[in-house]
Amino acid sequence: MSPVYIARTKEVAARSIGNEMMIMSARDSTLFSLNETATAIWQAADGVTPLAEIVERSVCANFEVDPATALRDAEELVEGLSRHGILKVSNLPIEETP
Amino acid sequence: MGSAIAQDVLVEIGEMPVRVRTASPEFLQLLRERYGGFLNSAAQAVFEFEVEIVPPGRIPTAIGDDEDLSVRFEAGRWVLERGDFHAELDTALRHGRIWQSATPYAIDAAFRIVHSLLLAKQGGLLVHAASVVRNGRAFLFAGVSGVGKTTISRLAPPDATLLTDEISYLRREADGYFAYGTPFAGELAKPGENVRAPLAAIYLLAQGPENRIDPVADGDALRAVLRCVLFFAHDSELVGHVFDSVCNLVQRVPVRRLTFVPDSRVWELIL
Repeated sequence: MSPVYIARTKEVAARSIGNEMMIMSARDSTLFSLNETATAIWQAADGVTPLAEIVERSVCANFEVDPATALRDAEELVEGLSRHGILKVSNLPIEETP
Repeated sequence: MGSAIAQDVLVEIGEMPVRVRTASPEFLQLLRERYGGFLNSAAQAVFEFEVEIVPPGRIPTAIGDDEDLSVRFEAGRWVLERGDFHAELDTALRHGRIWQSATPYAIDAAFRIVHSLLLAKQGGLLVHAASVVRNGRAFLFAGVSGVGKTTISRLAPPDATLLTDEISYLRREADGYFAYGTPFAGELAKPGENVRAPLAAIYLLAQGPENRIDPVADGDALRAVLRCVLFFAHDSELVGHVFDSVCNLVQRVPVRRLTFVPDSRVWELIL
């Protein structure tokens, strides 16, 4: 199975408010609130680290969670966020665009 | 009969003077009456409108009378349309043209939009909220239509100064946020006083069986205030500015939930 790479898009504004990461889509003004594990994935979405490695390093190392479950949850989260234009997803490393 | 010579008025809201030029003396008089407390002929305009008064059936708009306001960015300018007006604004040139019927509603809408656009890059906001000054400090009462903005304004004690019962005007300065009076009136049908005061608190209004103030979690405060912000443009950069502004606002100004019964005792809680 080929690796999945994720990167934050530029069409969002994100701020940590209280214990939540709040993200607003500049495309449609939708507001998202990420929990701690989703925030860890969001923050690690650098376009060059495979999702499985992000989950291992940022989720499994810091939260008590079964690795297979963590990866499955992460894949669902990534799919949802990409649908709203919050994350870019690719099977190849994602080059940063100026 | 109207004159062909254009005259103007300078309407200064939130220390942002906007010049309105029109060849219609009747419309000019209407502006002077509606924005009387906000006229400042000595100010340096930050934006200029040319207003052409045209009969309702001849306004160049594709929007029907019962449709919502449309705001879009096209070929370097903002195009605003509603059944009763068509406006084109160039924020870079700080100039706009409005074709409208001789009513105050179109220019009022255009003012709100141009101020929201100008404020967005400065960290300021227009908010669906009443605001009142008491003891030198401003209090903002936010909520959707019908939640009690006009009621709480009407119940304000004699020592309070009404800034608005409908649209609050906030600007960020180095030492905090300031609320300004606006002529944008709600059901009270009374413009606010043209004064400003440091913003002390934001209350999210709710009506209930008793008067009480409850804390609001930061994330809930952000969501609630965002819902009340007037912003019309679907532009990535400006949406980002507005989001950042609201984040800053709720992190710097206390946000509380104010549940109240509609009588003046609620003001005993607002100090």
